[in-house]
Amino acid sequence: MQDGAATWQGTSDYIAAEDLRRIVNVAAALGRPLLVKGEPGTGKTLLARSIAEGLGLDLISWHVKSTTKARDGLYVYDTVQRLYDSRFHDKDVSDIRAYIALGPLGRAFASEQRVVLLIDEIDKADVEFPNDLLHELDAMSFTITETGDLVAAKQRPVVIITSNNEKELPDAFLRRVVFHFIEFPDEALMAQIVDVHFPGLDRTLLDKALAVFYRLRKVDGLRKRPSTSELVDWLAALLASGVDLDQVGDDVPFIGTLLKRERDVIVARESGKPKRWR
Amino acid sequence: MSAAPPGAGEGGGARRTLLFGRLFFGLRGAGLPVGVGEWMALMELLSRGVIAPDLTDFYRVARAVLIKHEAQFDTWDQVFTAVFGGGQLPTKAAEELLSWLEDPLPFPELTAEQLAALETLPLDELRRLFEERLAEQTERHDGGNKWIGTGGTSPFGHGGRNPAGVRVGGSGGSRSAIQIAGERRFRDYRSDRVLDTRQLAVALRRLRRLSRAEGEPELDVEESVDRTCKNAGFLELAFTPPRENQAKVLLLMDVGGSMTPFTRMVETLFSAASHLNHWKRFDHFFFHNCPYSRLFESVSSQKVTPTSEVVRDKPRDTFLIMVGDASMAPSELLSPYGAIDYFEHNETPGLKWLHLLRSHFTRSVWLNPIPAEHWRGYTLELIAQLFPMFPLTLNGLDQAVDHLVKRTHAPPPDLDPSLFRALW
Repeated sequence: MQDGAATWQGTSDYIAAEDLRRIVNVAAALGRPLLVKGEPGTGKTLLARSIAEGLGLDLISWHVKSTTKARDGLYVYDTVQRLYDSRFHDKDVSDIRAYIALGPLGRAFASEQRVVLLIDEIDKADVEFPNDLLHELDAMSFTITETGDLVAAKQRPVVIITSNNEKELPDAFLRRVVFHFIEFPDEALMAQIVDVHFPGLDRTLLDKALAVFYRLRKVDGLRKRPSTSELVDWLAALLASGVDLDQVGDDVPFIGTLLKRERDVIVARESGKPKRWR
Repeated sequence: MSAAPPGAGEGGGARRTLLFGRLFFGLRGAGLPVGVGEWMALMELLSRGVIAPDLTDFYRVARAVLIKHEAQFDTWDQVFTAVFGGGQLPTKAAEELLSWLEDPLPFPELTAEQLAALETLPLDELRRLFEERLAEQTERHDGGNKWIGTGGTSPFGHGGRNPAGVRVGGSGGSRSAIQIAGERRFRDYRSDRVLDTRQLAVALRRLRRLSRAEGEPELDVEESVDRTCKNAGFLELAFTPPRENQAKVLLLMDVGGSMTPFTRMVETLFSAASHLNHWKRFDHFFFHNCPYSRLFESVSSQKVTPTSEVVRDKPRDTFLIMVGDASMAPSELLSPYGAIDYFEHNETPGLKWLHLLRSHFTRSVWLNPIPAEHWRGYTLELIAQLFPMFPLTLNGLDQAVDHLVKRTHAPPPDLDPSLFRALW
């Protein structure tokens, strides 16, 4: 990047594909939010932490839930506290500002330093939620109605938004973001990722495990294909038990760490057997 | 400019504009919603030299800025290959055709001769014809999909999904971006495309009934301030129950048989409704052609709930949404033991069960996936007399919701007993 700003290269505990590294820096250069989608377990949420670490910035996370309102991200005005305080006259209630707490978005704007803002799982909230944030994300500012104060970003934060595809996002929102779809890592990249979690893992074990893992992922008809985090759990189980993958034949040991649905386990077992004539 | 964007250089300006213009209009032409704002952002990146001067970098950066759904990556790959690798541009017509093939219309009534003619056409012949027509259509660019439509055979031409009169690959050079695009790795994501649950969800959201009847009371700030003032500054809090959506929704869906072509549509509606978290209660059941004494709890399982229990337990103000093509043999609707499933053993004709549902749930509609202009057939007419029927489209759903939230609802007409006397 020629803009002089620091560029993110991934961190020691987060291996990013080259594409992703580029797009993160492009989004930062444009000052637009980056929308990240991908299979569960491909490290969407961890990405923001790694970017913050890599660029040496603070991370502010906003985990969206089904009841989250867009306004919660800006600020909350604690009326009840103010009413109570007014009753006993032991505090000065004339200053509304004392009762206004900034939300994650508000804090990101108000921060003196540039920060990384993670809006996690934006699709969990109501369908109108992203639309309610359009203006704030565009202008990177908002006004506190009660006081008339303007909260404007001193340094445009690096905004990372993740989505699990539970709901379609509105077009107007999509038009304002940069989009990246995290593809599932191939075996070479996966070997690097595993190396971060299990440094110095025996190469032959890793190769065998990855072969089994990618074979399972290719099985047709799985509801939830195993992902990186499941692979890491599975490897931990293999290492702890010392099972030799050569000895077990077609049966995958600790398959429950890889496949979480009973039906998927059955489908996977069936797929290992030779097909009967139908 | 510190780095040259692709195609730049001495005298490259004109060609660059041409190429980029071709990319922009190629994307729009292929039906991708690329906006001017996004395009300008890409131009900004180019002029600031953020994009490295090689096509691979341009490919991934431009994709991130312009394309916002993984389901559209495949089309992007095709357009990119076409513009920078010298392939053939996909057209919106081809895309529309593909999507149309996924949601076929019901087969129009054909004469015996037409049927015979159809059967004699071998599969590859059909495919060849189809591809020929599609190719011609791309060249002519004139709403030609209608022209294929008159053939009426396309939805059933099995090869129909392969044709993609779009040349794939065609790697014009050794540049890796073209190869990446040519691989079309995102092809699989196309079919994953959730049709547009969002639009449906937005329409369904209007289905609500707000009341202050129940729920944890919450602080009424305005009223508290008023009362505190009247109380000479001594705090007095006022609470009101929150306004909550009291709407209850019951969705009954026809599955299997003649509904198979519409599975995607019904699934989309179902996922939109079930993910909404918006109603006080949402229930759903399945039936096959017509509901009888029992309703199925899932498509595949044998778990059933008696219809009489549903009618007994669900309050009358529940919104009932029926989904089905309402097309079946008259006997399935009108005769005892007429159900298509032999094991159903229905003593009571299906129409009476429908009448029971309609009479109990005062607010009910029927959504039909068949487009309204193709609504015909005896059973469909009978059911449309009983239930207000709307097409299962965005517009139709809007109208259905309008109908459901109306204040007054007429009771259903009585059934004509003579209907059940005919022997089918």
